[in-house]
Amino acid sequence: MQNLRDLYQDLIVDHNRHPRNFHDMTDANCFAEGVNPLCGDQLSLYLKVENNVIVAASFLGKGCAISVSSASLMTEWLRGKSCEEAETMFTLFHDLLTDEKADVDPTSLGKLAVFSGVREYPTRVKCATLAWHAMHAALHDESQIVSTENE
Amino acid sequence: MLTDVKIAKLREDFPVLSEQVNGHPLVYFDNAATSQRPKAVIDAMNHFYFHDNANVHRGIHALSERATHDYELARSKVQQFIGAADASEIIFTRGTTESINLVAQTYGKATLKAGDEILISHMEHHANIVPWQMLCEQTGALLKIIPINHAGELVLDNITTLIHARTKIVALTHVSNSLGTINDISSIIQQAHAVGAKVLIDGAQAVPHMSVSVRALDCDFYCFSGHKLYGPTGIGILYGKAELLKHMPPYQGGGSMIKTVSFEKTTYQDSPYRFEAGTPAIAEAIGLGAAIDYVNHIGLDVMAAHEHALLDYATTQILTIPGLTIIGQAAHKASILSFIMDGIHPHDISTIVDKYGVAIRAGHHCTMPTMVFYQVAATARASFAFYNTFKEVDIFVDALKNAREIFS
Ligand SMILES: Cc1ncc(COP(=O)(O)O)c(C=O)c1O
Repeated sequence: MQNLRDLYQDLIVDHNRHPRNFHDMTDANCFAEGVNPLCGDQLSLYLKVENNVIVAASFLGKGCAISVSSASLMTEWLRGKSCEEAETMFTLFHDLLTDEKADVDPTSLGKLAVFSGVREYPTRVKCATLAWHAMHAALHDESQIVSTENE
Repeated sequence: MLTDVKIAKLREDFPVLSEQVNGHPLVYFDNAATSQRPKAVIDAMNHFYFHDNANVHRGIHALSERATHDYELARSKVQQFIGAADASEIIFTRGTTESINLVAQTYGKATLKAGDEILISHMEHHANIVPWQMLCEQTGALLKIIPINHAGELVLDNITTLIHARTKIVALTHVSNSLGTINDISSIIQQAHAVGAKVLIDGAQAVPHMSVSVRALDCDFYCFSGHKLYGPTGIGILYGKAELLKHMPPYQGGGSMIKTVSFEKTTYQDSPYRFEAGTPAIAEAIGLGAAIDYVNHIGLDVMAAHEHALLDYATTQILTIPGLTIIGQAAHKASILSFIMDGIHPHDISTIVDKYGVAIRAGHHCTMPTMVFYQVAATARASFAFYNTFKEVDIFVDALKNAREIFS
């Protein structure tokens, strides 16, 4: 089943089994929660931002392989990025997964391009984007819980 | 007995079963969510729209008479199907959910007082939890829960501490949609009646798999949905005992449910019309009647025997997969197989088997408290109908093995 491997690439399977930055953060200064009640995915995202730079990112939660690995890879990528860079990547990532017309060059996303296969699974896009929406909410200090189920 | 040859023939009655999904023949194992419809049902609805469409109980013209006749004929088919004493005890609703809400907001609201108790169980569908919680908020009644054990069976050892003089309503599922458990409701109905409580049975998952006689059960209310019984969506049934329905206030107000209307005083119709305000789902009721004819033609017992054979086979087969746990291992089960796999989320299982054309359900199945009991967020669930085959089970098991490989 080659096309299943396009979705569940080794990197995704690995980050699902061993999520990176999987812990809470007592000195975080940005926080948001992402919850998709229909499927039960849930994550808490912690960021530490100093002088407009994300110096640390971590998360806790549970969900499917797509949502856990996406949160794991996102927290890895965020470290050392400016808030603007993070927001730009959020848009790019979103377009890669959803926008038919946007012709995103996957190589511009580095490791995160591993999620390009999700595009073929419209019902699973919300799993991959949940962590990113939480990141966006955390940076904007939006204390409400975010969800990607009604996009 | 349903032989392979017979099943192959019966499958031709269901046009959707010849669909291809992701390049594979569809394997439809999501029957507990909704079953498929045979041509006979689709044709009956088409025939109504092509030839007989009119409103019921209103017009004095040929078409309206035909529509009314067919609509009422469907009601008597339901009456016979569940062994009710009289057709006036059969109320058409939108489905199980509306049937339960109807009882809560009519019988429940009119009779419950603060401190009264409503007893449900730990394995109920949200449709048999939330309407009672809403009623509790309105009346000050209290919601009590029959516990379950790890196998997914009701724990009835201390039932007398739960069914007592303050218990006014017992609302129980006949078959659990997330565990497959068949509950021994007869004994509970008797105990409830001994203390003067009324019993509502959620039969959404039972009616498609076993013959039900509401008179033999002696339940006060029985609810089910057409779409899980090979019938259309948007139509369901509330059975209620005549003497209870007689004293129940209406559910919604409007046309059809009245005898006379004046601005000073309106008088209501008798059951079932008192509970069927507005233009009903006429074609859907007729479709449900056709579904019952179809089921009777094959025979529920014959269907159930095959479904049990499929359940047994599938249970043995999936247990050969490492790290797979079945959720719901009651001694008496309908053809529902819920499970989890170590290290693979149910949604990922569902996506993977879908690539093989296999449709299963992944999630909490509208039974969140049951999921909490098993400390899982979700399960994967395969549910079988008489038109499923052993070969389809093999395809499903192969797909699960592939899931194991991808995640190993
Ligand atoms: C046990 C049970 N009760 C109630 C319901 C609700 O049925 P409906 O959505 O048709 O109203 C279902 C269907 O999912 C069910 O399985």
